[in-house]
Amino acid sequence: MPSKTRGVLPGFGLSLGITCTYLSLMVLLPLATVFVRTADLSWSAFWSTVTDPRVVASYRVTFGASFAAALVNTVFGLLVAWVLVRYQFPGRRLVDALVDLPFALPTAVAGISLTTLYASNGWIGGYLDPFGIKISYTWVGITVALIFIGLPFVVRTVQPVLDDLEVEVEEAAASLGAKRWQTFTRVVFPTVAPALLTGFALAFARAIGEYGSVVFISGNMPMKTEIVPLLIITKLEQYDYAGATSVALVMLIASFMLLLAINLLQWAARRRLAA
Amino acid sequence: MSIEVRNLRKVFGDFVALDDVSLDVPGGELVALLGPSGSGKTTLLRIIAGLEPADRGSIHFHGEDATDQPVRERQVGFVFQHYALFRHMSVFENVAFGLRVRPRRVRPSAAEIRESVMSLLKLVQLDMLADRRPSELSGGQRQRVALARALAVKPKVLLLDEPFGALDAKVRKELRRWLRRLHEEVHVTSVFVTHDQEEALEVSDRVVIMNEGKVEQSGTPEEVYEQPATPFVYGFLGDVNLFHGRINEGRVKIGEGELEAPEWADARDQAGIAYVRTYDVELRRVRSGAFSLEAVVRQVRAFGAVVRLELDLVDGGGTIEAHIPRGRFDGLALGRGQTVYVSPTNVRVFAQ
Repeated sequence: MPSKTRGVLPGFGLSLGITCTYLSLMVLLPLATVFVRTADLSWSAFWSTVTDPRVVASYRVTFGASFAAALVNTVFGLLVAWVLVRYQFPGRRLVDALVDLPFALPTAVAGISLTTLYASNGWIGGYLDPFGIKISYTWVGITVALIFIGLPFVVRTVQPVLDDLEVEVEEAAASLGAKRWQTFTRVVFPTVAPALLTGFALAFARAIGEYGSVVFISGNMPMKTEIVPLLIITKLEQYDYAGATSVALVMLIASFMLLLAINLLQWAARRRLAA
Repeated sequence: MSIEVRNLRKVFGDFVALDDVSLDVPGGELVALLGPSGSGKTTLLRIIAGLEPADRGSIHFHGEDATDQPVRERQVGFVFQHYALFRHMSVFENVAFGLRVRPRRVRPSAAEIRESVMSLLKLVQLDMLADRRPSELSGGQRQRVALARALAVKPKVLLLDEPFGALDAKVRKELRRWLRRLHEEVHVTSVFVTHDQEEALEVSDRVVIMNEGKVEQSGTPEEVYEQPATPFVYGFLGDVNLFHGRINEGRVKIGEGELEAPEWADARDQAGIAYVRTYDVELRRVRSGAFSLEAVVRQVRAFGAVVRLELDLVDGGGTIEAHIPRGRFDGLALGRGQTVYVSPTNVRVFAQ
């Protein structure tokens, strides 16, 4: 190197080296084995595995329910974060701690309790059943479970940004004649939008990979309520390793593309905000 | 547009922020609310703006009751200490905000908005930076954007909460002169809050001095400085020396000396304090007159047109400060440790 510029922060080379090694070991290597195992199959065998109608139906269930759950979480997560940041009320800290519970709770526990609640003879399901609304063992039930596990992601990403947004900014908007919803759509929302998108992406990604809580409430009916992770497990149990990794590979690529797209969107939104 | 504030009271928990405050701001004036922190000045401003409800009392704008009007209908321009700009918007969009959120019926056309925003930006000398983001501006520039934004809605009154408080000393000085000039141009009734006496006295037409939720005095800068109504105002505006003594039948006895205080003719042996501005003292090398206190020079700061002396009173009355013109100081030929006789030329006595 002809000219070596010295930064103020030392250790860039070392820390970058560790980062790369660590990521390779912990993330890239396991993911690479998915590719390697899938390569056992011929192209046509791979293609027929991943386009099997039952598999395609499970993509639809997983991505559809995950998207719906992430969307619901985005709306209500913002509301929860707003309430926690803007208002002082007794029990605020308790509510704040409650938000993290889905992080810590074993997902199977969540699945079992949600199934019981929403079953046609459960506390909530019992009231909905007479109207012909079924939640447990349907697509809706899956979404409910995914909403439960995804909530903290949105709340925790939006909260600090809302914290940063001074009340004075809203007061300024009001003094300039803006109505409440105008203040929200023109001032508050554009400011939290990037964080909201991050929260959405995290909740979405988490939902796609979720297994434990969903298998109980979904009923696992092929073509209807079967999610991709379950299908993969099923294939593994049948010692169809190549088939399992094929489906996993499709999931992997699809998730990566989605997250990349969301990241690009977010990058564009951040640039508009300009730090 | 004038502002009339009547009997305002505001309590936070058990802290009385405003205690029966009344105030008149004549239309077109620039008024400073001056006071130490916790004196209630910001609370008063926020209640005038409608950002805070009053517990009791009323606000009228030009005779029209505005007490229960929400802030967005009051048509006030509010400028915050920390600017409160919309950071995701350009300077132009910040200023245009108040016009863009109007209902369609009364919203100006895009061309009209463009024109009025650009003319405002020209007024605050930021027309070159219309496309920048607030984060790309200096503090002084940001506050000018905030001011232009507030003026864009043609407010009835302009309210500024410590507008220069977050800026460094030099920019602050520039900006307050600029605010004064701007006020002469646009002539909107303005109230600004400050804890900086110099700022209040230099910029405003009228100063309202507040302390512990009450108005202590209200008047022109000259009035409040030259004729302080209360001991608090005396102490808060400018440097002052205190002489403790006894008041009896129109005379005040302080140490060896005695002063005339005709306004206290009815007082009978009462504790009192005489307030004397640091520049209202005469220093002599020999004793003269009825009131002449002996003192020893402790410290001399002889730079600039005014020489500042610290004097120890010989009879144990503490230390006083004297500011005398340089020429006079040279004539006295004083030095540290020398004896001098102090005679106040202008005294105001308050009972304790």
